[in-house]
Amino acid sequence: MARLTINGKSSEVNVDPNTPLLWAIREQVGLTGTKYGCGVALCGACTVHLDGRAVRSCVTPVSTAVGKQITTIEGLAANGVLHKVQKAWVDNEVPQCGYCQAGMIMAVAALLKDKPKPTDADIDGSITNICRCGTFQQVREAIHAAAKA
Amino acid sequence: MITKDLKIGRRSFVIGSTAVGAGLALGLKIPFGAGVVRAQDGSPEINAWIVIRPDDTVVVRVARSEMGQGTITGLAQMAAEELECNWSKVTTEYPTPGQSVARKRVWGNFSTGGSRGIRESNEYVRKGGATARVMLVQAAADAWKVPASECSAANSVITHKPTGRTTTYGKVAEAAAKLTPPADVPLKDPKEWKIIGKSVKRLDTIDKVTGAQVYGADLKLPGMLNATIKECPVFGGKAKSFEADKIKSMPGVRHVVKVGETAVAVVADTWWQAKTALDALPIAWDEGPNAKVSSASIAEMLKSGLDADQAFVRTQVGDVKAAIAGAAKKVEAVYAYPFLNHAPMEPMNATAKYTADKCEVWVPTQNGEAAFAATLAASGLPAEKCEVYKINLGGGFGRRGAFHDYVTQAVLIAKQVPGTPVKLLWTREEDMVQGRYHPVMQAKLTGGLDASGNLVGLHLRLSGQSILAAVFPQNLQDGRDNATFQGLDPSGDFTLGYTVPNLLIDHAMRNTHVPPGFWRGVNINQNAIFLECFMDELAKAAGQDALEFRRKLMTKHPKHLAVLNAVADRAGWGKPAPQGVHRGLAHMMAFGSYVAACAEVSVTGDKVKVRRIVCATDPGHAVNPAQIERQIAGSFVYGLSAVFMEECTVKDGRIEQTNFNSFDSMRIAQMPKVESIIMPSGGFWGGVGEPTICVAAPAVLNAYFNATGKRIRTFPLKNHGIQMV
Repeated sequence: MARLTINGKSSEVNVDPNTPLLWAIREQVGLTGTKYGCGVALCGACTVHLDGRAVRSCVTPVSTAVGKQITTIEGLAANGVLHKVQKAWVDNEVPQCGYCQAGMIMAVAALLKDKPKPTDADIDGSITNICRCGTFQQVREAIHAAAKA
Repeated sequence: MITKDLKIGRRSFVIGSTAVGAGLALGLKIPFGAGVVRAQDGSPEINAWIVIRPDDTVVVRVARSEMGQGTITGLAQMAAEELECNWSKVTTEYPTPGQSVARKRVWGNFSTGGSRGIRESNEYVRKGGATARVMLVQAAADAWKVPASECSAANSVITHKPTGRTTTYGKVAEAAAKLTPPADVPLKDPKEWKIIGKSVKRLDTIDKVTGAQVYGADLKLPGMLNATIKECPVFGGKAKSFEADKIKSMPGVRHVVKVGETAVAVVADTWWQAKTALDALPIAWDEGPNAKVSSASIAEMLKSGLDADQAFVRTQVGDVKAAIAGAAKKVEAVYAYPFLNHAPMEPMNATAKYTADKCEVWVPTQNGEAAFAATLAASGLPAEKCEVYKINLGGGFGRRGAFHDYVTQAVLIAKQVPGTPVKLLWTREEDMVQGRYHPVMQAKLTGGLDASGNLVGLHLRLSGQSILAAVFPQNLQDGRDNATFQGLDPSGDFTLGYTVPNLLIDHAMRNTHVPPGFWRGVNINQNAIFLECFMDELAKAAGQDALEFRRKLMTKHPKHLAVLNAVADRAGWGKPAPQGVHRGLAHMMAFGSYVAACAEVSVTGDKVKVRRIVCATDPGHAVNPAQIERQIAGSFVYGLSAVFMEECTVKDGRIEQTNFNSFDSMRIAQMPKVESIIMPSGGFWGGVGEPTICVAAPAVLNAYFNATGKRIRTFPLKNHGIQMV
């Protein structure tokens, strides 16, 4: 049993504390925007924010998320207004299948918080998510667009 | 939105009591039912393709699957073009395979592979829109008691021209749905298109950036249990025994079940519990006859085919042996291409609910009808007691088209828990070792040049695995797998772009126990590398420029030549490249489209930076150029990931790679700048999702040779210590 704060809402989750945060979010809280891709922190599809920092929730035990602010893709928009990264994603038509995009967007949102005007090198160094559809060209354009927004 | 329209657990639409006309079969003509058929919200179907709601919303039915390639948007553009409707009010939904069967396949083929989604169904989908428009106009004219010829339709508004009276599609839809559909409504001349050819925005973006999009892996049904599975890792082996008692008391575990002869699954309250328990389950495998097979033994078998007397001949022109024997210069090279996994980001999954009276399956699939067939076979129930609901795919790339092993498994599990829906989701590890792999292939190319450096003879011998022999043996022709020769054909959608006076192209079939599948681009991936790298080898041996050498052989192939010239011109072929930058070319015709690429790379030690790739495609008609650009860039990521870093190797009969650490994929840092030249020449419908994938790798390999003087002939490049940066 653990109490998690997800997107500003408190939830009781009935899991072993070693359970990956990903599965508590998906199966206990029922927020499925955060995806399972590899289970070993290689692909980034499960990226969420812990106190504003991007983490790969598939290898983050529930116990380490207790007492922290967890933000998932469902909590990125505020008061019904898309986050500037989401807006840039729509404007640039980034997603193809879209499965990896929640994680990609969360990683980018965290990057822009750290570096509001990232260079291409900043992007290359911090965005390491896998996208098998290969949306990277649009991802880069959308990051720069979001930085200007 | 499809996912919003889909009421989970129910049919996405129901047929009204007046039902559909009998005896209508889909040939090239569109069958339309008599009487009003209603969507679930009560809105009338104008015909099988078009539903119009009272608020003028147009619902276009799409039988093909959206897996990111933009098909639902492109097909909606087709219907909307002829319907003359307000594009901003267009939405789409998937009909179900069960309904399609009940309505005598009114929606035609559901298969979404081979880059056929738009090119194969464009005509009947456009006719669906055109026929609906005529019926809507007729209904308005009837209401006004005027001739339909005095009325026109635009932007979902019908106008009676003499009086200026107007009405909207939503207002007359009910009446239109009762009319007898006209036959043979003419389609617009492409010159009149207003929506086809425009980069309208995709219809399915917003939910993909908010987390609202429901994929198969995300499905929730009341009372649902979760399962995960392990199949014998040696293909052809069986599950001998397992010690269920060791895990039955673990949290959440409900059932430990054998699935067919080959697999074991754990069913639990949550997926994480199922996975944790399955990891702890001792399973004994009967590894069967293939437990000693290795990559080395497979390579040896393929090697034996390179010089074998027996081979299936696809093209034979002149006398190759004599031409090469008499040539001034002989060039020979052997290439090899590995097994590859599709590795879509969403692992395989399917959800099934079984009772003796009904079997329902929810699945992300590239082919709803094939999923339906798998459901029938596994459940043992007749078609009228089965249904499949398509859920959007987290990538497909061919894995979710011809194969529905995960559907079979889900149904076999659900049968052991009747009445309870069970979601089967594979681990990434299972997805990696239970693939349907890009076939393994070797090639020996032998060319003869005359004293002036002209290519007088070419023998391209393929040796390796046939996909059709394993998957669709009924499609073999006298034992020959014509798909093996994609891009090397004498005519058709995969025509070789060179004329060589003495030419032999043949295939020594060498099948392995590793199950092959259709991997984005299928056999053009390796054929383009074999052919286009060897063309550069020949040009080098002839002392000629790679472009000029090709051009001489392409005079009878103007469309091939046009795309090649286009990339050469744009990239500045023949002009000095920036310091340290080297270029390479490749072209091909595949899936009905002509494609070419010019790559620019720089090499520092073992590090290769692909800086820029200019790509040209002539797909005949370009339905949505913005989406074509995205398919080109995306196909390059898939193709270059493979050539630089991916292979599936076999040890002890099983695939060794189990996750993205050993089967890597490109990241944004490695992404080249991709410039697309979309040059539709009209008059034909070529594919988009796959053709361009095959030109990136040979263009890059040729550029790498031009940078280093090293010709790489086996893949991936990581095996040569070469790193993509």
